Amino acid sequence: MERSYGIEVENLVREFKKGPRAVDGVSLSVSPGEVYGFLGPNGAGKSTIVLMLTTLLPPTSGTARVAGFDIVKEGSGVRASIGAALQEAALDPFLTGREHMNLQASLHGLARKERKVRGDELLERVGLSEAAARRVRGYSGGMKRRLDLALALVHRPKILFLDEPTTGLDPQSRSALWDEVAHLAREDGVTVFLTTQYLEEADMLADRVGIIDEGRIVAEDTPEALKAEIGRPSVEATPADFGKLDAVSKVLGRFGEAVPASSGSAAVRLEHGDLATVVRALDAEGIEMANLQLNSPTLDDVFLEKTGRSLEGSSDGEESDG
Amino acid sequence: MDSSLFTQISVLSRRSVVRTLRQPAMVIPSLIFPMMLLAVNAGGLTSATELPGFPADTYLDFAFAFPLMQSAMFGATLAGSEFARDIENGFLNRLALTPMSPAALLAGLLSGVIALALIQAAVFLTVGLVIGVDIKSGFLGVPVLVALSVLTSLGFGCLGTILALRTGSGEAVQSFFPLFFVGIFFSSISLPRELLGGGWFEAVATVNPVSYLVEGMRSLVITGWDAQALALGFGFAVALFAAGLFGASISMRTRMERT
Amino acid sequence: MKALFSVTFAVAGRQLRRFFGNITFLAPAAFPVFFFAAFAGGLSRVGDVPGFEFAAGYTAFQFVWALLQAVAMGGAFTGFAIAGDFESGFARRFLIAAPNRGGIILGYVFASLVRTTFTGSLVFIVAIIAGMEILGSGVDLFGLVGLALVVNVAATLFGCGVAMLLRTQQAGPLIQTPIFMLLFLAPVYVPLELLEGWLEMVASLNPLTAIITTGRSFIAGDPTGVPTAFLTAFSLVAVFLIWAYLGLRSAERSG
Repeated sequence: MERSYGIEVENLVREFKKGPRAVDGVSLSVSPGEVYGFLGPNGAGKSTIVLMLTTLLPPTSGTARVAGFDIVKEGSGVRASIGAALQEAALDPFLTGREHMNLQASLHGLARKERKVRGDELLERVGLSEAAARRVRGYSGGMKRRLDLALALVHRPKILFLDEPTTGLDPQSRSALWDEVAHLAREDGVTVFLTTQYLEEADMLADRVGIIDEGRIVAEDTPEALKAEIGRPSVEATPADFGKLDAVSKVLGRFGEAVPASSGSAAVRLEHGDLATVVRALDAEGIEMANLQLNSPTLDDVFLEKTGRSLEGSSDGEESDG
Repeated sequence: MDSSLFTQISVLSRRSVVRTLRQPAMVIPSLIFPMMLLAVNAGGLTSATELPGFPADTYLDFAFAFPLMQSAMFGATLAGSEFARDIENGFLNRLALTPMSPAALLAGLLSGVIALALIQAAVFLTVGLVIGVDIKSGFLGVPVLVALSVLTSLGFGCLGTILALRTGSGEAVQSFFPLFFVGIFFSSISLPRELLGGGWFEAVATVNPVSYLVEGMRSLVITGWDAQALALGFGFAVALFAAGLFGASISMRTRMERT
Repeated sequence: MKALFSVTFAVAGRQLRRFFGNITFLAPAAFPVFFFAAFAGGLSRVGDVPGFEFAAGYTAFQFVWALLQAVAMGGAFTGFAIAGDFESGFARRFLIAAPNRGGIILGYVFASLVRTTFTGSLVFIVAIIAGMEILGSGVDLFGLVGLALVVNVAATLFGCGVAMLLRTQQAGPLIQTPIFMLLFLAPVYVPLELLEGWLEMVASLNPLTAIITTGRSFIAGDPTGVPTAFLTAFSLVAVFLIWAYLGLRSAERSG
């Protein structure tokens, strides 16, 4: 029987002794070769789902199959089919990059000769050949993440779990990692289950996005479809004179419902009219504008629409995902 | 042995040993402090040899078991806190996602303990012989002394591992270190049990297994081949190791709650 | 002078609130109690060694060492707290706000004296429970307590200097190790006359030896070497006061 390298999750629940349900009845399906982005703020339950799907945490109830294996009854089958780079690159600071590769390859049962070849190949692929003989203690955050990714790929898994792979990285390292993940999915046909709290990351990498909040999936589709669901763009206006902000808000209020805006500005989601009509209305009131912009819907707008909160603000101040 | 299990044990042992050797800041104190305390005690308690019934010619010979015993405690704390760090930073999860056997992980960890115990025993024996320790059991007694010392370290190493698995915190493991110290000092480490005065301290030392471990090691140095002391020493060491291994296996299973 | 005392009380008050506000304040007291129990209990027969003459018995003999260990380590622990304050940046508040920065040192010393009174009392209570014999009079005991307090001040000033020079918690071992070395390279188990070889030589040069010996003579009711012991203790205070001021200057220079 040919195995399907996809993920099927049905009504998955995880409760911890103290606190609310970390995961509250999640169902989802990821097709083979698809990049699935799991987007949500800290504490939404993303990592708990990854831990359950990678067999590191048993679910309280519900079922899931990863690569066709049941995560509860066939844990070893799941583990043999997946690679995972979990939150915080878990590396031994006293081992070199190459020693890590060798350790991981040995534990996965690769033959001695193959270990070396595979290790060198992956180190080359993630751009760590030159640093391979150095202890990980001296690696930058980006290098650690890339090594983490290489380690997850040692045994050629068909499904890859990446739990917030770019958190804390500088833009350059983040972009390099995105390229590598995109390459894995497009060229090698690896199914990728990616959690992130970055809108841009989900938008850029994922074929489909699941938005999770307080342990539940609140929306799920392709990024384009999710944004199209919101449909209407928003207009944000900044008066040259701060004292005119109330007047601006009043004018904008004629065109739609107010949405959060940056300091000194007012914004509305356009329900009728367009940018030109807004400009004419403001001009008619004699308000001089410092800035006026039309914003297309983002995944944050989707999150706002579904939860009543902004994703960008809700991540702050929390420590870890439950 | 299953060849893949053998490979797993060998790579995990290698990692454990390499890690230990690459942290001189952790290894060196475990070599220096026991020797310092030996020097101070041997100097400060020389006159104790004049007590009627004192079993050794010099206090240095009598106290030579002290660094070996103390190094077992250092080894336990080191092994425990190192492993706890693996749990804290998620490295254990990385290992858990491979087909690794928990037994291989435990064997790997204990290999690090053995490596450290062997280094410590080699250093202590070399320094001891240089400063004039007279091992009454002779040349053959040395490997037996090392074996008992390593076995003791393994037993305490298992305790450190259990603490790491139960608490998952390096700091918590370190905080147990004073308790290990209490275990050493409230034994017959400083004077033979017959000279402990017959009060509460003697009662505590008599029920403290550390006393028998110390007396087993010490017998090789000050008596020669004392079958009873050795049987008790090895008996307690094996029992401690077996109980520790059992406890560590159970704790390991709980911690690595893979499905 | 008013400014000096207001800074002193502000610093000391905060230190003491931190100290007694957390159950871990018992930790520094645990070590001397432990060593006292282990040495006085496990080595009691050492008191029978020929030539060992101490009228008050081995428990009292070990109590004095444990008491001095408690007060000296109390100073060291204050040093750790100062290092922590500098690492966290809290000490900078003191440096900015204090009109008289000498009061900062005095405040830490004052707090150390209060906490050492607590830990010292604990060791004393344990010793009494263990059946310690006290042959000295009230005046003798007053002398012993006075000596212990001066040792605490000296140790605190030493720790203060190291902490202010390094301004990091990693100063901990550099504060603790020399104090431990001085304590153990003294006549811990037997009187100086019964030590032999290198340890006898080192112990006779160790300033703590005179202090411990006099402390023991107080409890035995036969005070000997009192002027030397106090002179040694006050000399240590003088030396470490300069050391602490150097540390403070260094902290001021670094901002």
